[in-house]
Amino acid sequence: MMSFVSYLVNGISLGSIYALIALGYTMVYGIAKMLNFAHGDIIMVGGFTVFTAMSTAWCPVWLSVVIGIVVCTVLGVVIEKVAYKPLRSAPPLAVLITAIGVSYLLQNLALLIFGSAAQNFTSIVAGMPPFLTVLDGQAPLFFATAPSGSKAILTISMETFLSIVVSLVIMIALTLFINKTKAGKAMLAVAEDKGAAQLMGINVNGTISLTFAIGSALAAAASVLMCSSYPQISPYTGSMPGIKAFVAAVFGGIGSIPGAMIGGVLLGVIEQLSKAYISSQLSDAIVFLVLIIVLVVRPTGILGKKINEKV
Amino acid sequence: MAMLSIENLEVYYGAINAIKGISFDVEQGEIIALIGANGAGKTTILHTITGLVGAKRGSIMFGGKDLTKTSAHKIVSMGMAHVPEGRRVFAQLTVYENLMLGAYTRKDKAEIAESLETVFKRFPRLEERRTQSAGTLSGGEQQMLAMGRALMSKPSIILMDEPSMGLSPLYVSEIFDIIQEINKSGTTVLLVEQNAKKALSIANRAYVLETGKIVLSGDAKDLMNDDSVKKAYLGE
Ligand SMILES: Nc1ncnc2c1ncn2[C@@H]1O[C@H](COP(=O)(O)OP(=O)(O)OP(=O)(O)O)[C@@H](O)[C@H]1O
Ligand SMILES: [Mg+2]
Repeated sequence: MMSFVSYLVNGISLGSIYALIALGYTMVYGIAKMLNFAHGDIIMVGGFTVFTAMSTAWCPVWLSVVIGIVVCTVLGVVIEKVAYKPLRSAPPLAVLITAIGVSYLLQNLALLIFGSAAQNFTSIVAGMPPFLTVLDGQAPLFFATAPSGSKAILTISMETFLSIVVSLVIMIALTLFINKTKAGKAMLAVAEDKGAAQLMGINVNGTISLTFAIGSALAAAASVLMCSSYPQISPYTGSMPGIKAFVAAVFGGIGSIPGAMIGGVLLGVIEQLSKAYISSQLSDAIVFLVLIIVLVVRPTGILGKKINEKV
Repeated sequence: MAMLSIENLEVYYGAINAIKGISFDVEQGEIIALIGANGAGKTTILHTITGLVGAKRGSIMFGGKDLTKTSAHKIVSMGMAHVPEGRRVFAQLTVYENLMLGAYTRKDKAEIAESLETVFKRFPRLEERRTQSAGTLSGGEQQMLAMGRALMSKPSIILMDEPSMGLSPLYVSEIFDIIQEINKSGTTVLLVEQNAKKALSIANRAYVLETGKIVLSGDAKDLMNDDSVKKAYLGE
């Protein structure tokens, strides 16, 4: 029973990270109508930036995280301006190939600078006690280290807890931003009809930049949480989470913001539970199998909307 | 000087020459009708004026600026609104949200609230449906929403592209009454219409467009009695 709880919580935690990444995919798809396959590599850049900043003696953890977020935000906006904007009216395939090119470019730059070997990432909450420890037959301990020699039947690490809390806060803030602010409404309008949005006086290019900025900032946050939970970093760190988050976005209904959140969390839970109870080698295969089943039953994903317009 | 003045405008879609050098003026307070068959280039002209399509040559002078050199999103705040062909309301958003997007470039909350009240007075049906998503409105209601949304920017000139398209005769009359009311309250109107009879009946002047060129222009009343117009556009 306790082990199930542990798998479930870890699944939710991993899934929250997927959800943060998936939000970037889905927002960019919704607004720029493109799949930004370089999104996964933004995570890697974020990870390396924070890694490098933290290994500088004078740089405190919080500042390293801020630097990571700023670097990713700027990088996302620059990539859009340099690589995607000139292709705004090009066929989707050209844009997709460009995105794959950007992805390889980032990976190879990282290879050049940091080499291919994985390096150890120091968790941003290193040295802190676990969030929760349950000892057999005793009251649960919060934020406390269990006495040595005792045997815990359930431990939820600080990293796991942090991932869930930070993701939750970000998702709530993002939802409020989109539904309550003028810039958020402008994003929804641009997602639906760029021309009509321009007729309202909305700066479409500015809105697309903002979307890339937000998506990349979320990717940076995800990278910090992920590298803290799974403390390694290499030039390929972003690839698999990037693909999984893309699956999560499709799973939830690409273009749908709540869909990306639900899709991400479900994906993380399915992955962890299949690792625990079926096979750790097969867990990725199972994730993709579930995706195929969902898409067969609901081609638009869990929350994807059918577009029906009156003419 | 005319409020809106178009000089030798030429527009291309790739190699297709859709607008072949046209010039026309709109004076303050007028209703100007632009009529022509399908594919004549009416929508293209409106899209070029509000910057959705680029011009190859020529100028569009409005408020002391050449709109061919102005970003599309900066034109609304100069006092020009556009009710596009096919309404193009934001289907996923509510009636209220659509209207507020119409006031996107305005800052003064009290003035926006005032405009909203005016729009609701003119289109009571929109007020009844303010929380309904725009995609679920009927065609006629969507047309009202598109007009209301344009009015929310408090424009001095409003461009309308086939506002009567696909509407039942009763709605058509209602829409044309509203266009006249909007004009009487001080807004200049540039009206593109398939329904030439109705358009000429409310317009001051009109231009007849054929494959990218203006072939006839003059007082709406005179054009209504013109034999070639009668034959080609009024079905007489
Ligand atoms: N995006 C486009 N790409 C290529 N050609 C276009 C495009 N839009 C319009 N055209 C062409 O330009 C010409 C003028 O089109 P436009 O839409 O301006 O006509 P219209 O007078 O508004 O017609 P309708 O009454 O049917 O709406 C047509 O021949 C059309 O095929
Ligand atoms: Mg047209």
